[in-house]
Amino acid sequence: MFSVAVIAILVAMLLALVRALAGPTVFDRILAVNMFGTLTVALIAAIGFLAGRPEFLDIAMVYALINFIATIAVVKFFKFGTLGHSGDNSAPSISHTEAARREDH
Amino acid sequence: MEEFTTIWLPRLVEIISWACILAGSLSAIISGIGLIRFPDFYTRMHAASIADTAGIGLLMLGMMLQEGLTIVTIKLVLILAFIFFTSPASTHALAHVAFENNVKPLLAGKDGKGQDKRQGDDDATGGKQP
Repeated sequence: MFSVAVIAILVAMLLALVRALAGPTVFDRILAVNMFGTLTVALIAAIGFLAGRPEFLDIAMVYALINFIATIAVVKFFKFGTLGHSGDNSAPSISHTEAARREDH
Repeated sequence: MEEFTTIWLPRLVEIISWACILAGSLSAIISGIGLIRFPDFYTRMHAASIADTAGIGLLMLGMMLQEGLTIVTIKLVLILAFIFFTSPASTHALAHVAFENNVKPLLAGKDGKGQDKRQGDDDATGGKQP
């Protein structure tokens, strides 16, 4: 019965992969890859039960966290163009204040 | 009563468990089909979130019922909690950055935020991707 779940998850992953390859915008691709990662968590858990080795769930747990951080990182990269941005647009960045102080002298 | 707890209750749990796993698998496939077939980005986002909630939730619930009360169940609950907290956060961030980058909903007006304005001639192009 777990083999049915594994096959269904693999089919859904294939469909997500098709959308990731065909997506018209980059956001479609990010969305599809996010769903692909979520389904990977389910796939790892199901394969662990199928093989009688539920220790695979540790890997699934780590993958769930990595998937979230990867999505947030990619979204931040497309929003700010860099991963080091603080996200606070109102405050001047350190380099700006540094430049202003140097101009005062 | 003795017969119920020793014979029928395990069978009942087994049946409910497999029903949950089958429903979760079906939800995953439905989510994939929706991701392929839906017309614009925001509806696709709705389809993809089905796999995050119904798919993962039902699959993990079925596996929990299979396993009983062990450490494996605790790990499954942890995975479920991670997904339930992180999936809306990432979906919200993605929708926000897509809206800021002028990905318009299919039914948006020319200003990008109106309700259904399809009575116009060429307003259906509001959903064209930039």
